[in-house]
Amino acid sequence: MSPRAKALLIDITRCIGCGACSAACKTANDLPHEVEPQLTADTWTVVLERGGERWVRDLCRHCLQPSCVSVCPVGALVKREDGAVVYNKDICLGCRYCMIGCPFRIPKFEWHSAAPRIRKCILCAPRLEKGLPTACAEACPTEATVFGDRDTLVAIARARLDADPERYHPQVYGLTEAGGTSVLFLSPLPFEELDFDTTVASFPLPDLTWRLLLHVPNVVMLGAGFLGASYWLYRRREQVALEEEGETSGSAPRTGGDHD
Amino acid sequence: MIERVRSLLTPWRVLLAVLLVTAAVIVTFRFAFGLGSVTNLSDETPWGIWVGFDILAGIGLAAGGFIMAAAVYVFGLERYRPLLRMSILTALIGYLLFITGLILEIGRPWNIWRCIVDHNFHSPLFEIAWCVMLYTTVLLLEFSQVVLERFGWHRLEALLHKILVPLVIVGVLLSTLHQSTLGTLFTIVPHKLHPLWYSPILPVHFFISCLAAGLAMICFEGFLSWRFLKHPPRLDLLPNLARVMALILVIYFVFRIEDLALRHALPHAFAIGLPAFLFWLENLLFVVVPVVIVFRTARRMTTRSLFAASFCAVIGFIMHRFNVAVTGMQLIHETGYFPTWQELVISMSLIALGFIAAGLAVWFFPIASAGGGDASAGRNGAYRLPWRPRAASEPAEPGTGGSR
Ligand code: SF4
Ligand code: SF4
Repeated sequence: MSPRAKALLIDITRCIGCGACSAACKTANDLPHEVEPQLTADTWTVVLERGGERWVRDLCRHCLQPSCVSVCPVGALVKREDGAVVYNKDICLGCRYCMIGCPFRIPKFEWHSAAPRIRKCILCAPRLEKGLPTACAEACPTEATVFGDRDTLVAIARARLDADPERYHPQVYGLTEAGGTSVLFLSPLPFEELDFDTTVASFPLPDLTWRLLLHVPNVVMLGAGFLGASYWLYRRREQVALEEEGETSGSAPRTGGDHD
Repeated sequence: MIERVRSLLTPWRVLLAVLLVTAAVIVTFRFAFGLGSVTNLSDETPWGIWVGFDILAGIGLAAGGFIMAAAVYVFGLERYRPLLRMSILTALIGYLLFITGLILEIGRPWNIWRCIVDHNFHSPLFEIAWCVMLYTTVLLLEFSQVVLERFGWHRLEALLHKILVPLVIVGVLLSTLHQSTLGTLFTIVPHKLHPLWYSPILPVHFFISCLAAGLAMICFEGFLSWRFLKHPPRLDLLPNLARVMALILVIYFVFRIEDLALRHALPHAFAIGLPAFLFWLENLLFVVVPVVIVFRTARRMTTRSLFAASFCAVIGFIMHRFNVAVTGMQLIHETGYFPTWQELVISMSLIALGFIAAGLAVWFFPIASAGGGDASAGRNGAYRLPWRPRAASEPAEPGTGGSR
């Protein structure tokens, strides 16, 4: 992780569900329509009521080792130094493997467009370039969403857990999920009660495919060796057979082979 | 004239025409208004029947091409040469259809060439894209042998023969890679795919099963060309393939169960419910029934048992791929996806196009003649076309192909 990596800390105990973040996101990213009740191509973050009177934000987690970036065949999704995972429609194939691959089911697709794009939160990448925080963090009236360096935010999260163990479930969601994400959550309840997916593995998921792809050179070399040897054996057998035939019948040996 | 037109309008042809015209309309809608206008795909279910069936199952079933090429050219199993051309032809048609399906399936097909310049070596899909590109080229070259022979371009033919064996070896390597990597695609979603189908070594499952599926498909094609082209099935060769298929299926099944057991997922297979039902139905069709049929009729395999076994295996195999790509994900996160009739029509049209292409190719090129079957079957068979290219009236050289 780059030391410059930015992140968000979302403290569910502080969220009042006002929706200022999702509204600010719409403006900052020029997204049409009202805020919809779930993530869509035009709604990149939502605040949902879960577990009764608890408000939970949903958005791209900007994983430290993002599955979406790893699976994209052309590199249309990129993890930047500043932590943002951004998208380039000009090279995207629209294969939607990123949607399958994302452990948090974040990327959305423009299903009713003739030139569809993948859409998701981009951590306000253009704002980060100007040294600004994300629009959602800036808009939050209660500091339920704060923006900062990931290391700092992890320290803040830990400090809050230590200072007030009564108030929090003792876990920072996003610290290890999918190998660590740039969006960290603190919750008053166990995370599964707020519909967080707690089955997400705690290591970087791209390791799973990379481990297998590393075998490609081995397969090629072993395969080529095996096939080459088999072919040589086959030719050799044929040659021997012909020579024997030649000896018995007295005719000159000729080379066999495929003449189809 | 009217008589002639009427004689062409058999019910099957009319049905086929209606199907293809409908498909053309659907394709128009798809490109004008997006995938959402003709499919039930959604943010919840980004991949549906087109990926599960047309792409995953389609590529697996086309494995026969590389299996037979390896058998004849690399391992020297000359006996099987008569099946070679048909297998390569169907593999080629399969891959071309797959590419057609892919262009409909992906959202931004005009960027498809980007794979060539924008590389992401971490992506299994990138590897598949390259392998499919290269392997389709290999298949075209392998098949071009038949074309060159047909038009009597012997110089080029001789040139092709020089590189044929290396070409076949490259084809086998490419196939091994992408057939297995299709499984790798899903290894990145351990918690999104049901444990009865997820495995960190899915590529091994995919590779072993594609070998069986490729062989099953060759046997099944034997049946199809007997039904539609009146070529007598090669009962001297196909039963052996079915036996090898059964052997591979047994290995596959043992491997699959062992893999489940090692990952402590086996109890899922015995918990009453939809996942276990799908699992056993799939394996019943793909493994149990074909293996039982093949072993019970080991000595005297009839046309019927041969084709029953291979047909079951083909269906079971399609089910496996579909369960991995679609159903297995639904079992974890129910989204209520069911294909629209448009999705089904497109899939059916691709199959229909495959039949038409195969029919035309068999009729036009010396495919059935390889290995001294009945050389004339292609041209005088039941599959008659209303028109006839001029070159086709020349007799084919007798005894082409088979080198025994
Ligand atoms: S949450 Fe999903 S979309 Fe966002 S960076 Fe991680 S893998 Fe990519
Ligand atoms: S849909 Fe686009 S961004 Fe997503 S994996 Fe495919 S090419 Fe990459």
